[in-house]
Amino acid sequence: MRRLLLSLALLALPLLARAQQPVLNIYNWADYIDPYAIERFQRETGIRVRYDVYDTLETLEGKLSAGRSGYDIVVPTSEPAFNRLVRAGALRPLDLARIPNASNLDPALMARVAGVDPGNRHGVIYLWGTVGLGMNAARIREVAPDAPMDSLQLLLNPEHARRVARCGIAVMDSAIDVLPSVLRHVGADPNSTAQADLDRALQALLAIRPHLRSIPSPPAIIDALAQGEICLAFSYSGDVIQSAARAREARRPHEVSYVMPSEGAQLWFDMVAIPADAPNTEAAHAFINFLLQPDVMAGITRQVRYPNAVPASRALLPPEIQNDRSVFPDPGALARSFVAGTPAQAGERARARLWARFKAGR
Amino acid sequence: MTRGVAWLALLALVAAPLAIVIGMSFSTPDAGVPPVVPPLGRAGWQGSWDSWALIFADTFYLDTLLRSLRLAAVTAGLCLLLGFAMALGIASARPAWQPALLALVLLPFWTGFVLRLTAWVGLLRDHGWINAMLLRLGVIAEPLPLLYSDGALLAGMVHSYLPFAVLPLAAALARRDLAVEEAAADLGARPMTVFLTVTLPLAAPAAAAAFLLVFIPAAGEVVIPEMLGAPDSMLIGRAIWGEFFQTRDWPTAAALSTALLALLLVPIALYQRLSVLK
Repeated sequence: MRRLLLSLALLALPLLARAQQPVLNIYNWADYIDPYAIERFQRETGIRVRYDVYDTLETLEGKLSAGRSGYDIVVPTSEPAFNRLVRAGALRPLDLARIPNASNLDPALMARVAGVDPGNRHGVIYLWGTVGLGMNAARIREVAPDAPMDSLQLLLNPEHARRVARCGIAVMDSAIDVLPSVLRHVGADPNSTAQADLDRALQALLAIRPHLRSIPSPPAIIDALAQGEICLAFSYSGDVIQSAARAREARRPHEVSYVMPSEGAQLWFDMVAIPADAPNTEAAHAFINFLLQPDVMAGITRQVRYPNAVPASRALLPPEIQNDRSVFPDPGALARSFVAGTPAQAGERARARLWARFKAGR
Repeated sequence: MTRGVAWLALLALVAAPLAIVIGMSFSTPDAGVPPVVPPLGRAGWQGSWDSWALIFADTFYLDTLLRSLRLAAVTAGLCLLLGFAMALGIASARPAWQPALLALVLLPFWTGFVLRLTAWVGLLRDHGWINAMLLRLGVIAEPLPLLYSDGALLAGMVHSYLPFAVLPLAAALARRDLAVEEAAADLGARPMTVFLTVTLPLAAPAAAAAFLLVFIPAAGEVVIPEMLGAPDSMLIGRAIWGEFFQTRDWPTAAALSTALLALLLVPIALYQRLSVLK
């Protein structure tokens, strides 16, 4: 018996040694950081990082809504998750005195988030992007030579969609990030939950439904575009750009590019925030401060091809990314872009129902 | 003593979670952590029947439930057919081989569930193995849309649940008294008659158990339809997921879960009733 206890104690020793080292639990989107940044943070601070990922906002919100998630850092999207989490009291107000690098943030971008988080008290912008068209432009030119390449018409006009369907179209399976653009396309408020508007959006979606090859999860679109299984996708800007990089690496014969719809794209912000019941708020603040350094942010943008909100980082990027309009939209396009809102529960259900009918095609 | 432990386990692992789910179905949604107001507060009853009214008023839920039960029945039926053939094969193999054959049935469990489904994705996708092979052989000119179809869904379901059907059948068939079948044969019954009138009735209780073991978890399946099914395969598991995660309406998710559970109790009760009658 004594021997057993002794060996158990010996086994526990490394655990004790580790327990003394502070741990930071990060919960972020999949494929959404520069691995080197985590390594550098651990080296500089002596804080051990436990890094966990999700691929849908619902997973993150579900865990945070249940409480005691155990995470210190989370990255919810401004609308709808961040907005709802702020209102639910699930996020801890940031202590800006512990984040001096917050002064590096672009005030104009932060002001766009202040609408859902008055005073920007609960989060800082991590990365942001738009929703638009990913395409293999050469193939589309072949099958639909006269179709407009920079407009949602390419996707939502059934005549164009029918022809482009020959090389494959996919729309990502995300009601919250597809519907606002469709609602706007049919002339409604992108945040509308009025049944008449939703019906019109559904009609527009059903009209192109027969021409869609699939309605996959956003990560599956990265793959399908890179492999050349589809030539047109409605998806997130950075995902398309990652897909383009993947096609180049695999030496595919085709080129993938991202196009922001000229009529104005949906804009979103992913926010770094600290859950209200985070175990290690000290380390969480240190991490946020670490992230907001220009060179760290430049490394992350170079890796995932989404723009950040630290303007000083842009000069540190290689010229081909710095000047890539699909990464950093030009000011005119940005001015036409819109931020989606957060519908109430009944509206959310109506949208989810609409989406199910669209996916079913009836 | 053992009876006490059993009751305690039932209370902690079955009754308590069930009570929480049923209680949740009467709570009201709210912005907060957790996003509900419990049905019993300091002032007493403050619950609501709204979510129950919703799931009965909106035919969407009933349709979804029926579609799920149909898929579960087809899956369980196919598993039963395939499983019976496999179990019969195992039971009539040489006794020395039987443990190894049973181990082979269980072998897929050594690989992650999601990984096995991902393998189907790799096989069935447009540029996957099957399409690539057919294209190379010149059988087809364009890739067949195999993935995200009812066929892919059924293949994934049957593949995942087949071991649950094989195991009870193999155990029952291995235990059966071969002398009974030999007696039938000695009395002049042909092999087919022996199978239909002796072997099958002997295995019927195990077959019912096998069917239920597949049917019940298959009815609430979420992952397989999501990974392999057609976009229109809206099933009850996915509907519950949607209420919980997308609409964040925990009461409605709980009411749907309770309704599904109540429906699944019917075949279990029937099975119990039949085995008691025997």
